[in-house]
Amino acid sequence: MPITTEFEYVKPKDMDKALHLFSLYGAKARALAGGTDLVVHLKENIAHPEVVVDIKDLGELAGLSLKGDTLRIGARITFSELIESPLIKNKFPLLWEASLTVASTGVRNRATLAGNICSAVPSADSAPILAVYDAEVLAQSVKGERRIPIAGWFTGPKKTALLPEELLTAVELKIPAKKHAGCYMKLSRYEGEDLAQGGIAVLALSDNTYRVAFCALGPKPSRCPKTEAVLNGNKLNEKLLIKAQEVISGEVSPIADIRSSKEYRLHMTGIMLGRALETAVARLSGKGPKYGTGNIL
Amino acid sequence: MKKHTIRFKLNDEKVSLDVEPNDVLLDVLRNKLGIKSPKVGCDRGDCGTCTVLLNGKTIRSCLALAVEADGTEVVTLEGANTRKWTRKLQSKFHEKNAFQCGFCAPGVILSATELLEKNSRPSNHEIKEAIAGNLCRCTGYEPIVEAIAEAAKGRSSHKTQVTGHK
Repeated sequence: MPITTEFEYVKPKDMDKALHLFSLYGAKARALAGGTDLVVHLKENIAHPEVVVDIKDLGELAGLSLKGDTLRIGARITFSELIESPLIKNKFPLLWEASLTVASTGVRNRATLAGNICSAVPSADSAPILAVYDAEVLAQSVKGERRIPIAGWFTGPKKTALLPEELLTAVELKIPAKKHAGCYMKLSRYEGEDLAQGGIAVLALSDNTYRVAFCALGPKPSRCPKTEAVLNGNKLNEKLLIKAQEVISGEVSPIADIRSSKEYRLHMTGIMLGRALETAVARLSGKGPKYGTGNIL
Repeated sequence: MKKHTIRFKLNDEKVSLDVEPNDVLLDVLRNKLGIKSPKVGCDRGDCGTCTVLLNGKTIRSCLALAVEADGTEVVTLEGANTRKWTRKLQSKFHEKNAFQCGFCAPGVILSATELLEKNSRPSNHEIKEAIAGNLCRCTGYEPIVEAIAEAAKGRSSHKTQVTGHK
């Protein structure tokens, strides 16, 4: 299918030039990294940029590094690079686990985490992970840099807090100070390439606090503060789990679409939460399944 | 729109051509360069039949702008001779009858090439994971997985002949 929208293609070598383009064109400029969403949108006539700015020559966006307890993921980093990074596997296994569930190798070789949260579809696999790590999104414009907490990043389906003249440059995650373990539970129609019908990320910490977030179970990915409040301070047991499952059903607002009914998603939310919590707690005590195995429902 | 002159290596041969910014790599390969092994399937990144290797990694050529290929190395099934595993996979696919209509085969073989280049002793699960993005409507996948496993097993039984494209 040819792309009918006409645009100019620019591949700037330095940030100043890139930011100047975004300042000049605003919403008529689109950043291109992996293109796995943008090119689909161009083909389907959803995106109509005047200029496409290929950011793959910008060295500033390429880094994947840990400084102190802060991980910086440059905007050019693909899901394959996350999966192949020993740093991610060892220090952020929950992110590693979720990255494995994104589409398929041929897509992950190009698709970036930054692009995933810029597209901001409700089913973005990386979103609940970033939410439980309290990630910050770094955005630059000619005016300077802005740090946006992930809690304020998603403003609606396919909508973010990024301004038209800004470019997302990196995402930062902090390793929690307390010992912790996580689990990403993804519901999809078949194992392999599929969007999430629902997804729940849990991070369980050694002080009996819990962080819970979802994707595809509401208009935008989000943490579940009420569910966390019920869990916090307690050791996980069956009674507590039942209570948490009740509470989370009031925090999600799933829709019915081609991939499943609203009722099914709502029912599975509790089951996903239960399995994610049990797995995270088991992993915290050194048991439980290895990361990246057996947690796709 | 301003045309761009792109230069890249296609199956070990240097190519240079002018493309529009909105030309898609898959369409340029098929319609301007006569490379027909990558197919137009879903044309939106879901089915994997347009798979090519870009700098050694599988990508969806339906989701890449042609201009992005500038300065890269692209390998399609036509360049099988340039990769160690591709030829071997082809003969195992033939032997095991691992394709019927053949529409998905170029993509599957390139995905398997990437897998075996990284991991020459894959488990069945790793094989399935590697080809999860390549849809096949004929075979039910079993013969494909077997063919890839056999190609990997045969890794040391005989020397692989790597010969140039030309």
